[in-house]
Amino acid sequence: MLQGKVALVTGASRGIGRAIALELAKQGAKVAVNFAGSEDKAQRVVEEIQQLGSEAIKVKANVSLETDVKDMIKQVVNEFGSLDILVNNAGITRDNLLMRMKEEEFDEVIQTNLKGVFLCTKGVTRQMMKQKSGRIINIASIVGVSGNPGQANYVAAKAGVIGLTKTTAKELASRNILVNAIAPGFIETDMTDKLSEDQQSGIMDMIPLAKLGKAEDVARVVRFLASEDSNYITGQTIHVDGGMVM
Amino acid sequence: MADTLERIKKIIVDRLDVEESKVTMEASFKDDLEADSLDVVELVMELEDEFDMEISDDDAEKIQTVGDAVNYINSNQ
Repeated sequence: MLQGKVALVTGASRGIGRAIALELAKQGAKVAVNFAGSEDKAQRVVEEIQQLGSEAIKVKANVSLETDVKDMIKQVVNEFGSLDILVNNAGITRDNLLMRMKEEEFDEVIQTNLKGVFLCTKGVTRQMMKQKSGRIINIASIVGVSGNPGQANYVAAKAGVIGLTKTTAKELASRNILVNAIAPGFIETDMTDKLSEDQQSGIMDMIPLAKLGKAEDVARVVRFLASEDSNYITGQTIHVDGGMVM
Repeated sequence: MADTLERIKKIIVDRLDVEESKVTMEASFKDDLEADSLDVVELVMELEDEFDMEISDDDAEKIQTVGDAVNYINSNQ
């Protein structure tokens, strides 16, 4: 499905990013696995991809730093010769009630989750414009649509990503670069494992499909948005949330 | 100088699909050659490749006419 395509997935050492990297590799894409801290985990993802018979490299970069992002993109293009798919997945949380949230907590989350998407998108645009095609897929969050107490910084960043997706889609449509977002709901990851049983059952009541999503549920939608099957879709945000927000 | 103009002309004619006679030193990309802002960005990218140089975003913004591009390239090569 994605034979010969080159994909860069940010924050791909674990969770949803890891599932996306593996899914794209299964479809034949060469994958650059970006990580900021967990080099061992990124290396393991690279090895898993190689076992699937596809090519992969790991690339260290803090997506909130322009120099890191530029170096990362250069490295990917040098290694694989092109860049067809960017998945902006890297994200952090620093949850706190608004009243208690420190300025640094707000800034850190905006820097990585919103500015990081801007920098990576800007960074790949040149290459994609030259190729006259490209796919940019931003992993937002359902809370960016609905809001969520305790996550003012995260929600602001994710809502920002949805707006950025629409603007980028409009700016680049004439160059055949399609830009979409995915808004996952509650997905089983390290982040949701930390929740108590009470919190988990409270969450279930909000989800019509009455179960948590899996990282693979998100990865398969990324596969769709990266493929020829979604040729007429741009600027959209697809909810992958078990029907939580309609 | 003449050589730079000729090379730029060729790129502009190719990229913007305009008559060569319209590509004068005074011609403005946006007003006379009907380029939109993305066209100009792409043009600058091609000039960078053609002349093997980097044009910063700040400098690129100042390039509005064919003459601006010729002068920029001649003085920065």
